[in-house]
Amino acid sequence: MTTRTKELIAVAAILVFALIFYIGRVSGWQATEFSTGTSIVVVVLLLASLLWMLALTIRGRLIGRRVVFLYVGVAVAMPLFMKLSQEMPVSLAVLGVYDAVMELQPGSKVLIACDYDPPTAPELQPMAETFIRLCFQRDLKIIIMGIWPQGPQQANLALEKILAEPEIAAKNLEYGIDYVNLGFQAGNEFVIQRMGGSFKSMFRTDYGGIPYDDLPLVRNVRNFSNIDYCFNLSSGFPGTVEWVQIAVDRYGVKLGAGNTAVQAPTVYPYLSAGQLTGLLGGMSGAAEFEIAADARGKGTKYMLSQSVSHIVVIAFVIIGNVAFIMSGRRSALKG
Amino acid sequence: MFKRRIPLFILAFVGTLLIVSVFIPPMENLGEDFTLFFDIIAVFAFFLGGGNLVRIHFGKLRRRKKDWGFSIVTLVAFFFMLTIGLLKVSSVGGVWNIPLLGIGDPAAIAASPTTEGSWFQETFNYVINPLQSTMYALLAFFVASASYRAFRAKNREATLLLLAAFIILLGRTPFGMELTRWVPESFSVLQIPNMAIWIMNSPNLAGQRAILIGIGLGVVSMSLRLILGIERSYLGEDRG
Repeated sequence: MTTRTKELIAVAAILVFALIFYIGRVSGWQATEFSTGTSIVVVVLLLASLLWMLALTIRGRLIGRRVVFLYVGVAVAMPLFMKLSQEMPVSLAVLGVYDAVMELQPGSKVLIACDYDPPTAPELQPMAETFIRLCFQRDLKIIIMGIWPQGPQQANLALEKILAEPEIAAKNLEYGIDYVNLGFQAGNEFVIQRMGGSFKSMFRTDYGGIPYDDLPLVRNVRNFSNIDYCFNLSSGFPGTVEWVQIAVDRYGVKLGAGNTAVQAPTVYPYLSAGQLTGLLGGMSGAAEFEIAADARGKGTKYMLSQSVSHIVVIAFVIIGNVAFIMSGRRSALKG
Repeated sequence: MFKRRIPLFILAFVGTLLIVSVFIPPMENLGEDFTLFFDIIAVFAFFLGGGNLVRIHFGKLRRRKKDWGFSIVTLVAFFFMLTIGLLKVSSVGGVWNIPLLGIGDPAAIAASPTTEGSWFQETFNYVINPLQSTMYALLAFFVASASYRAFRAKNREATLLLLAAFIILLGRTPFGMELTRWVPESFSVLQIPNMAIWIMNSPNLAGQRAILIGIGLGVVSMSLRLILGIERSYLGEDRG
C-alpha cells in the first residue's frame, strides 16, 4: 500500500468520524460514558500495552512514530468518555485568584482581558467560564475587552454558556448594566497604556457597535482607577507580562491571571513578587479553579485526558531511553 | 544625506523626549499621546501586509511555483473574509442583508461585522475556530513523538532536565499525588506535586528572573544605541 493510499484512508476515516459526531450532535445523541469499572480496565489495558512496548524495545524491536501517534490519540480521546474522579489539591496560586474575587463587594467592577484565541481555548476557556460564573454569582459587574482579535469572541462564547445556566439566568442580568463586551482594539501593549488615561479613547463603541457613553456600566469608568479587579487570560504576546508591566506597575491595578501551561513558567516571577494576586496555570490551574469555585466542569473533565496523556509521554520517553541505552548510546531514533 | 539624518534625528528626538517626560510631571501623559502614532502606523501596516500577501501569492500562481494550489486557497479565503467583513454580509432568519449594496435592512450598515448572524462571525465560529484548534491539537502528537525520539539522558545535564520534566509532568496531574501519597507528611516536600511546585518556584523562578533582567539590560543598551545613532540597521545599513 502506498503512502498516498494510507493518507487517503486516514482522511476518509477522520471524515467518517466527523460525520458521525455531526449527526450525533444534530440528532441530540447523549454522550456515552464508561462506568468506573470499564474506565479502570481501559487504563490498565493501556498501561499493560505500554509495558509490552517496553518489553519489545528491550528485545530489540523499535517502535515507529505512528504507534506513538496512535497511543497519544487514544490517551487523549478515551478519558473523555471515562468516569474516574480525581482528587486535586488547590494550590496557593489558584486560591489567590479565588480569594481576590471573594473579597470584592457586590457591584464591584471587574475587567476581564481576553488575550487568547481558539487554539488555546481548551485550557483558557474553562478558566473564563468559571471566572465569569463566579463573578455573576457574587453580583460583580463585568467589563470584557481584548488585545487579541479573537479574545472578545471567545468571551462571548463563555458568556453565552454561563448566561444560559438556570442559576445565572434567574438573576435576569442585562447587557450594558451588569456586563459589557468592549471588543478588540489593535495596538498591543499600547492599548493598555492608553487605557490608563482613558478607556473611552480606546473603545469608542462596544463589540456590537453601541457607543461607549450609551452603556450605563462603563459610562462612568474613566480609567483603571475605576476598576476594582482585573483578570487577564493570556496565551502569549501581548498578554500577562504586558498587563503586569503597564497596568500593575504604572497604574496600580490589582491583577490575577490565567495562562497556558507553556506560558505560566514565564509569569511566576511576577507571582512571587506580589505583582499578581494569583495565577491559574494551564489545564491543572483551570481544574483547580473549578474545584475552588465548587463548579466542576470542562477543566476537571479534561484533566483526566491530560493525566493519561502525560503518563503515555513519560512512558515513551522511558522506552526511547531504553532503546538509546540498548543501542550503545549512539543515536536518536528514526521513524 | 537627508535620507539618513532625518530618521536618525526623529528617533533621537522622540526617544530623548519620552525618557525625559517620565521625570517631568506635566509631560507625564506624553507617552500615552505618542502611542496614538502606533495606531496610525499600524493602519498602514495592515494595508501593506494585505497587499504583500496578495502580491506574493499572485506571483506564485503566475509562475506556477511549488504548492501553488495553496495560494489559491489563501487568496480565496483572504478575499472572501475581506468582502463579507467590508460589505457586512449577514443573514438573519433567512433574510439577507448586504447594506452597502442596498440589499435587505439598510440599518444593518451600523452593525458591527461581528454581530450574531453576520457571515464574518459565522465563519469565525464554524471555520476559523475549529481549524485553528485542530492545528494546535496536532502539537500533542508531535511533542510526544519528538520526546520519544530525541529526549535522551545523554549526559548529567540532560538527565537532570529529564528528571525535572518527569516531575513536572506528573506533578501537574492527580496521578502524581496518588503515586507519592504514602510519603509521610513530615517529608511532604518529597511528594511529587510539592517537588513540582519547588521546581517552578525555585530553579524556574531564578532562571526566569535572570532572563528577564538580561532582557531588560539588553533593551536599555539597544535603546541607547538607537537614540545615540550607533545602531543603524533599521535604516537598511548592515553595521552600526
